[in-house]
Amino acid sequence: MNKVINDFSITVGTVNGSGSSTANNTILRAIFKMGIPVSGKNLFPSNIQGLPTWYTIRANKDGFIAHNERRDIVIAMNPNSFARDLASVTPGGAFFYADDIKQPITRTDVAVYPMPVKSIVRNDPNVPSDFRDHVANMVYVGVLAQMIDMDMDRIYAALDFHFKKKQKPIDMNFNVVKAGAEWAKSNLEKKDAFYLEPMNKTEGMIMADGNMAGALGSIFGGVQFVGWYPITPATSLAESLNDYLPQLRKREDGKHTYAVVQAEDELAALGMSIGAGWAGLRSMTSTSGPGLSLMTEFAGLAYYAEVPVVIWDVQRIGPSTGLPTRTSQGDLTFTHFIGHGDSQSVILLPGDVYECFEFGWKAFDVAERIQTPVFVLSDLDMGMNQWISKPFKYPDTPMDRGKVLVESDLEELKGNWGRYLDKDGDGIGFRTFPGNKHPLSSYFTRGTGHDEYAKYTEEADVYLNNMDRLKRKHETAKNYVPAPVLHEMKGATVGIIAYGSTEAAILEAQHQLDKEHGLKTDFLRIRALPFTKEVDAFLAKYDQIFIVEMNRDGQMAQILMTEYPQYAPNFKVVAYGDGMPASAKWVREGVLAKYESKKAKSGKQKAVKKVAVKKAAPAKKAVVKKPSGKKVTTKAVAGSKSKAKRK
Amino acid sequence: MTETLPMAGATANVNLAGLSKNDYRGAPSTLCQGCGHNSISNQIVTALYEMNIVPENVVKFSGIGCSSKSPTYFLNRSFGFNSLHGRMPSIATGALFGDYRLKGVGVSGDGDSASIGMGQFKHIMRRNVNMVYIVENNGVYGLTKGQFSATAEKGLSLKKQGKNDYMPVDICMEALVSNATLVARSFAGNPKQVKELLKVALAHDGIAVLDIISPCVTFNNQVNAYHSYTWGKDHEEPLHEISYIAPRSEIMLENEMADGEVREVSMHDGSVVILKNLEKGYDPSNRYDALRVMEEAQDNNWMLTGLLYLDTSKPNLTSIYNLVDTPLNRLTEADLRPAPDAIDRVNALMF
Repeated sequence: MNKVINDFSITVGTVNGSGSSTANNTILRAIFKMGIPVSGKNLFPSNIQGLPTWYTIRANKDGFIAHNERRDIVIAMNPNSFARDLASVTPGGAFFYADDIKQPITRTDVAVYPMPVKSIVRNDPNVPSDFRDHVANMVYVGVLAQMIDMDMDRIYAALDFHFKKKQKPIDMNFNVVKAGAEWAKSNLEKKDAFYLEPMNKTEGMIMADGNMAGALGSIFGGVQFVGWYPITPATSLAESLNDYLPQLRKREDGKHTYAVVQAEDELAALGMSIGAGWAGLRSMTSTSGPGLSLMTEFAGLAYYAEVPVVIWDVQRIGPSTGLPTRTSQGDLTFTHFIGHGDSQSVILLPGDVYECFEFGWKAFDVAERIQTPVFVLSDLDMGMNQWISKPFKYPDTPMDRGKVLVESDLEELKGNWGRYLDKDGDGIGFRTFPGNKHPLSSYFTRGTGHDEYAKYTEEADVYLNNMDRLKRKHETAKNYVPAPVLHEMKGATVGIIAYGSTEAAILEAQHQLDKEHGLKTDFLRIRALPFTKEVDAFLAKYDQIFIVEMNRDGQMAQILMTEYPQYAPNFKVVAYGDGMPASAKWVREGVLAKYESKKAKSGKQKAVKKVAVKKAAPAKKAVVKKPSGKKVTTKAVAGSKSKAKRK
Repeated sequence: MTETLPMAGATANVNLAGLSKNDYRGAPSTLCQGCGHNSISNQIVTALYEMNIVPENVVKFSGIGCSSKSPTYFLNRSFGFNSLHGRMPSIATGALFGDYRLKGVGVSGDGDSASIGMGQFKHIMRRNVNMVYIVENNGVYGLTKGQFSATAEKGLSLKKQGKNDYMPVDICMEALVSNATLVARSFAGNPKQVKELLKVALAHDGIAVLDIISPCVTFNNQVNAYHSYTWGKDHEEPLHEISYIAPRSEIMLENEMADGEVREVSMHDGSVVILKNLEKGYDPSNRYDALRVMEEAQDNNWMLTGLLYLDTSKPNLTSIYNLVDTPLNRLTEADLRPAPDAIDRVNALMF
């Protein structure tokens, strides 16, 4: 049997609440520390305890670590999902299961490995009986380590990190890992092809989740006020702020330069944040779709009252019950138009954990410069899963506090100023903050009905002037938001547009389309709204542009169609949202299904192999060599940061 | 909060802060002639003037409704935020973190606080935000032309609306059970008491709820309506006579104390509240008593006014947060952005 090295996926099926995340993170981290590109996705139900839950890990030597549908190795720890787990194993794959689950093994095309989970744990005198369930999952870590050559030292390092160097839990867990490995060594015969081998592809990288990265970025952005309300999958963003603010903003006098308030609901969370932003603080909230719905009226007020505030939306599916623990890009159009009346939002779209950090601090600069709410749209996959990332980078520009007048400025102006006067022609007025002691510093804030000096009016022409200025201000925002990232391919004839967490899937799909179907593509990852000039240029280049996103209706496509009606006939909407993170398979199939070979500018594309979309990705490709990543050149377009992650 | 400035240069027309009453005024009111709210705005101006509070040290807040329009009509020199219907509390909560030295003066109404904003109303109580929270309570929606509000009494009849079948919400009871640290009720037809209670509320270091029955002359001023001038004048039962004594006014205090049954309450800033005519021996530091007298008033159809509850021992919200001495909105990048070496520490914390 040919060895398959560093190119397979592992799926663990457990019972929600059984403590498997420690075990799964240990596997993920150990593979990462072996130098192998790897990703982990927690596919969990909305439940505290009892329902089936899965964790998928994908190791890939070429750096293609988007979610994929393959189930090369499946570990079954849950009797309730046992049959489904067994059925899911890719032919030629491996199936590990806890041997106390007495259910028929119905497959002959996979390697099957029983694991005496309970007896190993019971026989360990160092595991107190009430800890047995907690550490039972470590048995599969050990058995798997033995069978696929996962490095025991790296496993130890992962446990050392997880338990924050506390020796007792580290030893208890690691001994079970060792016992599992030893048992496997003496009792199991290797019948599958999957192996890990150390590489050096993750050197200098870190692992983090997007919510933590966003929180840390916000702290480096000088966040001063956080109003928030718990909601999956955004909760850990605010909790990370609570974790890290005391460390990173520690002062000798023990006093605080910030305040985090857990509000009574999302209305109050944003209301408090707007109050603080209005009063001159770097202020933020974090939420998800349902919370954003509740925040809508306040978001509209902040747009018209021109209050800087940063709103993180870690997107998920659906209102109410349903799929609240599944990822989505379903809030884009809602956020774009949020608020009643005419409104246009400034939206930042981080594509990975590194950008969650970067946009964490940058969002405050944009919000204070433009004096408007800035939305940062992340998603559950990015927010809650561990991703490999370049180390976070210290902000490379000083804080931009925007146009603010303090007492001395007002003295110079002899108090002659107007809050909504457009002195600079960029649509942005000057602000003052409560607490300013100049007798002419104050102004009265309301929604739309005000003149340039913030005095109440319902005069039509004053209203219209104000609306025009707000539009002008939105234009100005284009100079301050991050430019898109362009992944070019030589000879590309069609374009792909996407945003957010789908980048890894699209990069992989780009290679597959090139190698397997002869279709060369350029890929523009949009990182903000309003659209910058780079988007204009990209759209003008291709007569077929695939807009790929994780939702049903193609929300980015809708916005692009509105903004660029002249290019709309060229748009091919590849929208798909089932709650799973994006995979190369659905990107590739989606593109191929809508690709028109005759329409392509270059004759080359005539040879593109159309595949039967429904039957794509046959299992026999288990050992197929993935294309090397060499030919895609990844470059940031003018003005944006270089992204060399997957060179 | 209370600025006591040297007397030098002070004339009869200015207060100890060197400001004239005009420095405390706002734009002309656009509310109806005779509206109780206008009378309250005037008392706000007078109270702040007499307490020598500099307008720049006050921030005005409101929600939506007739009452919420009124912050435009006083304190032109103060910052103000006319927010959303029922959402004044959250805006004020966040804004007062900007500069902890500022005092909030919020004006809301019975629709704004007891209906759409009930949730935020209750929660700002338990957070003890440092502001005066005035509810200009008239039992009716004015700007939408005369619907019942949640404080309208059962049986009230209004033009076009018919009869109100529901029990009313009592603002003071709601505030009290939500752990407000100052709860008072007053009547716009009793301006002297309104002013004294405003002063006590301004001197209080925490949330001070003033439920002021403020008749709507256009939609709900029938003689038999609970929120009317006539009913109020006939049924007002003051718990006590209340006087606010500014800090360092010992002589006046001694004079007052000579007078019969008196209770004296010390405020955070050194000022003193004198409560006289305490036939019922009322102790405003006792929550149980406060609830009891409110129940009694309901049973007897009294409009019970006065300082119902006061607790000066609880820290206000920004104190709980142990903030730096410099107001947060005057901190700079050096205070707020961790030093460059912190990024290495952070990366080292990651796996």
